[in-house]
Amino acid sequence: MNAKKYPLRLHVNGETYELEVKPQRTLLEVLRNELELTGTNEGCATGDCGACTVLLDGVPVTSCLVFALDAHERQITTIEGLGTTEALHPLQRAFVERGAIQCGYCTPGLIMSAYALLQQNPQPTEAEVRHFIAGNLCRCTGYTKVVEAVLAAAEVSEQ
Amino acid sequence: MTQFSYIGKRIPKPDAWAKATGQVVYGHDLKVPRMLYGKILRSPLPHARILHIDTSRAERLPGVKAVITAKDFPPRRFGFAKDRTPLKGDKVRRVGDEVAAVAAVDEDTAEEALELIHVEYEPLPPVFDPEEALKPDAPLIHEERESNLFRHQEYVHGDPDRGLDEADVVVEDYYELGYMQPTPLETCFCLAAFDPSGRLTVWSTTQIPFLLQRDLAEALGIPGSHIRIIQTAIGGGFGRGLDMYSFEPICVWLAKKAGQPVRLAFTRQEEFIAAECRQPMRIWARSGAMKDGRLWVRDVKILLDNGAYVSWGTVTTLVFMETVGSLYRVPHARVISDSVYTNNPITGAVRGFGNPQSTFVVETQMDRLAEAIGMDPLEFRLRNVNRPFEETPQGIKITSCGLKECLEEAARRIGWERRKKKEASGTKRRGIGIAATMNVGGGARIYRSDGCGAIVKVDDFGQITVMTGATEIGQGSDVIVAQIVAEVLGVQPDKIVIVNNDTALTPWDVGVHASRTTFIAGKSALFAAQEVKRQILETAEELLEVSAADLELRDGYVVVRGSPDRRVPFDKVVRARHFREGGQVIVGHGWYDPPNEMVGADGKGNISAAYGFGAQAIEVEVDIETGKVKPLWVVSAHDVGRAINPMYVEGQIEGGVVMGLGYALLEELQVREGRVRNPTLLDYRLLTALDAPKIESVIVETDDPEGPFGAKGVGEMGTNPTAAAVANAIYDAIGVRITSLPITPEKVLRALKEQRSGEQ
Repeated sequence: MNAKKYPLRLHVNGETYELEVKPQRTLLEVLRNELELTGTNEGCATGDCGACTVLLDGVPVTSCLVFALDAHERQITTIEGLGTTEALHPLQRAFVERGAIQCGYCTPGLIMSAYALLQQNPQPTEAEVRHFIAGNLCRCTGYTKVVEAVLAAAEVSEQ
Repeated sequence: MTQFSYIGKRIPKPDAWAKATGQVVYGHDLKVPRMLYGKILRSPLPHARILHIDTSRAERLPGVKAVITAKDFPPRRFGFAKDRTPLKGDKVRRVGDEVAAVAAVDEDTAEEALELIHVEYEPLPPVFDPEEALKPDAPLIHEERESNLFRHQEYVHGDPDRGLDEADVVVEDYYELGYMQPTPLETCFCLAAFDPSGRLTVWSTTQIPFLLQRDLAEALGIPGSHIRIIQTAIGGGFGRGLDMYSFEPICVWLAKKAGQPVRLAFTRQEEFIAAECRQPMRIWARSGAMKDGRLWVRDVKILLDNGAYVSWGTVTTLVFMETVGSLYRVPHARVISDSVYTNNPITGAVRGFGNPQSTFVVETQMDRLAEAIGMDPLEFRLRNVNRPFEETPQGIKITSCGLKECLEEAARRIGWERRKKKEASGTKRRGIGIAATMNVGGGARIYRSDGCGAIVKVDDFGQITVMTGATEIGQGSDVIVAQIVAEVLGVQPDKIVIVNNDTALTPWDVGVHASRTTFIAGKSALFAAQEVKRQILETAEELLEVSAADLELRDGYVVVRGSPDRRVPFDKVVRARHFREGGQVIVGHGWYDPPNEMVGADGKGNISAAYGFGAQAIEVEVDIETGKVKPLWVVSAHDVGRAINPMYVEGQIEGGVVMGLGYALLEELQVREGRVRNPTLLDYRLLTALDAPKIESVIVETDDPEGPFGAKGVGEMGTNPTAAAVANAIYDAIGVRITSLPITPEKVLRALKEQRSGEQ
């Protein structure tokens, strides 16, 4: 298991990190363990739950299925790159205010997926929202308030 | 009607901001200096004697700091029936049983070390079928017991045999209900660290911090006073954390042996294999009614598969008895249950706790009875509803009760009159079904105390801090407690700090289960806040020279009624009371243990201080070509007493409905010969946003006389009636009854085929 380490340059949330990692390390492991960006969560490690969703060059990916070295020199956005508690991104604000967050473990992945959706389709229909976030499992909310929050954020962004 | 400032408002919970921005710290995020990574070696066999364990190669692997087997533990047992040890020394009784454990500097090394441990097993004949397990020649799973029967219970009221003779119609069905996993998105986590004086701190995803303290003490023989449980932010519970599992004492013992902190987190696969699941049941049920629409009798026999060890799963029969004995007025009822050891996965607590099973049986038979007497199923239910302030023959003392209103409202909104009038189009058939639920809504006394404590403190800056025993697992207990305290003390809820995660600070609580937290933690916080209010007014009287009767608390001030300019801020009151000779700080404590009782051996007793009622109407579309059932629309109406925060009441209902739909249509842990065959989220399917239908939550308020501001619990109610409502809707759509869960396309197609062959 103790394979050689390789150099890795990651651009995460506008910052550049120089690292050395083993080839089997996933992007999720590097984000969480090396960069301590623990907002991105691991729910299954097999790409089935979507909790670890981040944007890789603007495209949502399950970071547990991406080898870190494959993200070399690429742009990554995580939940920490969106807004802060003082200045929430409209999606984050809508999730907070509309009760779309319960245990919150799936929330960062859901918000990143929704963010990617609104980037490519600023005014989605409810069906489009449900389709786009279908890869993000949530056990708490039943999705009703999540979908409402995404639609509300889309409305705010339009104004 | 009373005007509230903060009760009934849609206020976001305080942890929502940190959760939205990724700043919240879950167990899996924790790191402490010198922390090691723990891993457990599990049995690949369902039943085998352990002949020898060789750990020497693992011990020699660089980076390994501790390897433990059963020999390292004191000879103590733990669990509901004291039938297990953390690591197994003599034999294994299920696939996944814990055999050895390691702690190493990183996860890779810990995993490698597991591969170096050699265990020699002698396979024993296993038993997987609970009926087989009861036969006299069945292999004994716990050899110190005389049989695999863990317990036999009987509940009777009225005269069920006579009732069955008297009833004008009797329906009879056999039901098979399978395993369901709680499946929170965050897997089990534990981090254990001893300080130099030998005191232990455990960071945990538990739902029972104070019982975990006690369970660890009993399992390991270390004083409970030396154990501190800190709950991290918890990524969901759903009953998963209601019992101590083996990994927790194992993690502690690894930390002890290594002399370093140890973290142990389940992989998702481990979660599916080792987290306790909803118990499978085989159920033989009869219900009878009179032609005039009176429900007359219910008679149920249950065979419950406990799995290899007993946890809370065996107690679900109590809840089963309540539904059979007390949902609707029924003069005669009987429940006979056997819970049995097998070499299958361990069953425990999952949201609803027996109620989704019992409601599935009771509410599908209600439809069958209605049909047998030629009455509309809604009408049949309404004729038999429980009424406010009546005691059932079971000794359940109903107080507030909005069952009738819930049934009527759910039916009205779904368009009940459309039932039976729908036109078929192509291969799609639509149907509407309804089912009700009764659930404990004022605690549930299944432990010696059903209490919770709270401490409210106002410091000399005027900051209000609440320390509550309540556990936040996502449901929003912290905002509920804050709203209740805010209402009493006249401050905005977001100005209140809630401390709810540390047994060294917070007062005792039995745990987050049985939909009890709003009712019990809420009421203890109410008491503590009232005591603080008394102290504030006592000092303010002196400062303002006005009688307390003429003072009110508003926005952090004590204000003279009618003279808003005459006021004094809380911080000044605190300092005036504190910084003087014989001074006192402002702190109030509240303790609430509801007036409910332990159910007797006869299954009777008022287990809860209030009962929640609800009704769910569901419209489904069945594709008769593929057998696929699509839920289209759910109306879920619930009597919650009063909604302290409607947004999170809806959240409980909506999430509960979708979990109930999973139980009805999709979720099944497939266990074959003791092995979980689908231990991934790809193969064990939860509903996605695409599968989840539109859900309309309806809140019915009945102002419960005992609950805080009239509130009752809601946590489990959305899940309970869903499977029954779905099955009833399927019957409405295609005229077939499916009595096993989940209702998969294969079962629908098989039932349709049988229906066609019956017609020929």
